[in-house]
Amino acid sequence: MAASQTIPDVLVIGGGNAALCAALMAREAGASVVLLEAAPRSWRGGNSMHVRNLRCMHDAPQDVLVDAYPEEEFWQDLRKVTGGLTDETLARLVIRHSSRCRPWMQGHGVRFQPPLSGALHVARTNAFFMGGGKALVNAYYRSAETLGVTVRYDTPVQRLDLKDGRFVAAITTGGERITAKSCVLACGGFESNLEWQREAWGQNDRGEWPAENFLIRGTRFNQGVLLKFMIDAGADSIGDPTQAHCVAIDARAPLYDGGICTRIDCVSLGVVVNRDAKRFYDEGEDFWPKRYAIWGRLVAQQPGQIAWSVIDHKAIGRFMPPVFEGTQADTLQELAERIGLDAAAFTETLSAYNAACRPGTFDHTALDDCRTEGVAPAKTHWARPIDTPPFYAYPLRPGITFTYLGMKTDATAAVRFAGVPSDNLFAAGEMVAGNVLGQGYTAGVGMSIGTAFGRIAGVNAARSAGFAHPTFDEEFRYAAGR
Amino acid sequence: MRPVAEPASPPQETGACEAVSLTSALGADEAEIARVMQICNACRYCEGFCAVFPAMTRRLAFDRADTHYLANLCHNCGACLHACQYAPPHEFAVSVPQAMARVRVRTYKDYAWPRAFGRLYDRAGLTVALALAGGLSLFLALAAMMTGGLTHAPLAGNFYAVFPHNLLAVLFSVAFFYAVLALGIGVTRFWREVSPARDDDTAEAARARVPAAAEVLSDVARMRYLGGGHGDGCNEESDRFTLWRRRFHQLTMYGFLVCFAATCVASLYHYGFGLHAPYGLLSAPVVLGSIGGLGLIVGPAGLLWLNLRRDPQHREASQQTLDRGFIALLLLVSATGFALLLLRDTQWMALWLAIHLGTVLALFLTLPYGKFAHGVFRGAALLKFNIEKRLPNRLGLGGD
Repeated sequence: MAASQTIPDVLVIGGGNAALCAALMAREAGASVVLLEAAPRSWRGGNSMHVRNLRCMHDAPQDVLVDAYPEEEFWQDLRKVTGGLTDETLARLVIRHSSRCRPWMQGHGVRFQPPLSGALHVARTNAFFMGGGKALVNAYYRSAETLGVTVRYDTPVQRLDLKDGRFVAAITTGGERITAKSCVLACGGFESNLEWQREAWGQNDRGEWPAENFLIRGTRFNQGVLLKFMIDAGADSIGDPTQAHCVAIDARAPLYDGGICTRIDCVSLGVVVNRDAKRFYDEGEDFWPKRYAIWGRLVAQQPGQIAWSVIDHKAIGRFMPPVFEGTQADTLQELAERIGLDAAAFTETLSAYNAACRPGTFDHTALDDCRTEGVAPAKTHWARPIDTPPFYAYPLRPGITFTYLGMKTDATAAVRFAGVPSDNLFAAGEMVAGNVLGQGYTAGVGMSIGTAFGRIAGVNAARSAGFAHPTFDEEFRYAAGR
Repeated sequence: MRPVAEPASPPQETGACEAVSLTSALGADEAEIARVMQICNACRYCEGFCAVFPAMTRRLAFDRADTHYLANLCHNCGACLHACQYAPPHEFAVSVPQAMARVRVRTYKDYAWPRAFGRLYDRAGLTVALALAGGLSLFLALAAMMTGGLTHAPLAGNFYAVFPHNLLAVLFSVAFFYAVLALGIGVTRFWREVSPARDDDTAEAARARVPAAAEVLSDVARMRYLGGGHGDGCNEESDRFTLWRRRFHQLTMYGFLVCFAATCVASLYHYGFGLHAPYGLLSAPVVLGSIGGLGLIVGPAGLLWLNLRRDPQHREASQQTLDRGFIALLLLVSATGFALLLLRDTQWMALWLAIHLGTVLALFLTLPYGKFAHGVFRGAALLKFNIEKRLPNRLGLGGD
């Protein structure tokens, strides 16, 4: 009781990367900080416990990062993957921030390592956390505790008490009212809320509710309670509720927290068929790391929201080993029977594909000349006949990592009501990711956004409570391009 | 739904038959490593911490030999447990340190020589107690026989007035060479099974052997893998990193080696220069013995302290007596050694000499049947790792 009677300067709601960045920055500025994490300690960190790297701009090699990844290239990558659905000012803020934030992260105990084997394609653009996201989260919590941030686990917030666009108090699910001079909201999207997902995706032409067949790759704790509350309370929102980081994952993955290991990396080495045993998209359109993020939506559009990645023996050893066994068979007919597809339709699809493969020189490290002719959809690279037993099939479902619907913000990370920024309520992480990511994804950019807006929100929440961060101004001016 | 333990895909072309038969022979503990490694191999976030994960990424499936190899590469630093998104309460329930620890004891048991003595690992506490009881009774009885009682007129530190030099030399040489032989046979069998020769590898492996051995020496000398990959150390009671385990382990290892050096120097004095004990306080054998003994007090005491505080999720409960028994024995050896140094000019010398020598004999006798074996098998696993990493990787995973 005594703890909640002392009014903290800054209240941080959320317990993942952005929340921790905010809490650490506000504390560094001298503010007293209370952080409310909805999850118990063992599940702390939200989706950040599943992340693995940070996309970083750099003009020259930096410790674990090779070559250079200049601002303009990062921006073009982001513009491409989002199809222009991004705010250039905020995107560039995030990009420039990513080039200078790592010493601060290291100061709080985050350690980087060279890219993991099987992830060399991002050696230039992404800095990997040693031990992954949970190690990062652990480091930040340790640092927060050392600096005197009060961390409360198992404390989900139900709603806020707002007055004239200002934060007054947070009311926990347990009914406790926690006041503070300012507040940072960093408690995630609504990906874990199956009911909301169902409603957002609605019913399709086949009469299905596609989201009923989704799996959540990330945390079970992002129920979107405060996101919904804020939108209902009139906060300016941004983004489409069906837009998300959505990849095709193994259909046998757990409903929540399947994380990285449930991904299936053999799509570009074989073909993908739907429940009708039909192919539906060019499996070899581009390198898999550039395409994995579209396959979740592609599968979501198929009947029953399920598909199978089919490979033959030639592909074994050429992709990251999957966590679940593939279904194995010595003939395609038998494989179809084992995965419950119409064997005639399946063998017809595979025969048509095999017959359409033109001879070429297979090279999985380049956009090679192995392609099909005369089959729709075409497979434009790495197309080799699936003819060498044993054959394998891996079932795919859409796996949602995080949703993009969020609150509109600006370079101050302030929450806005009818275009007017709040002077003591800020937002970060997934709750504002939609400002930069209207759609699409590129590896590690979620952490770039979370770290940038988390730190900015923490500094501004502290400032709003009367505390100036000793060193961030210069870094911010650079990031903001001023 | 927990991923099953079967390999993710059949082994590559050659050797498929052997691999399958080995896989089918997996015991429950080995199967748990195979299950956990299948999850880790699809994640790989921990690759920077130690040698286990890079070794894992060179494999798609894990047979019995692989599980024993990986188990002995693991230093139980705990970093991968605290960083693991699949650790309990996640339904995948991954604890690499625990899974590895269980199989490590199996390695010591399965490769003990003679094989029947492997059962001593099941009763680690009893083993140490029996060895101690045996060693002590032997020397106390000998002392009583030789001096007619356990106290005597001061003998000016002349041990050989109690036990003839040649008796001690023969007794301890036999015990020592027996330990070397038993461990040598065990680790040779282990090596043959974890490193089956492959025709296409032999030339490259032969080339890699010398630089690999040099790197192992440096890995062991620096206790590289207790540094956690980033140099911040390993985990004990929480996700906090600490270098204390490395420091205490260094003190223990170097303490042991310096004590061993003291014995060697003393033998050299005796046989080479005809200089007979007792040696002065500032003589090389006594100075070395004292320095080593200090390491063997501070090191094991620190390791015990850390062991008692370690997160239960990253240790294997059934191994505690094995760990602590060995630590206690080392502490006893060093403590009784110092006691002897203090009391060697008094009437208590024979008693303390008997106690000290009995403890040392117990340590020697249990070297091949106790925790000491970890150093030998880990050294072999590290050598395999350092050779293997110099060979081309057959897997072309995610080259794009």
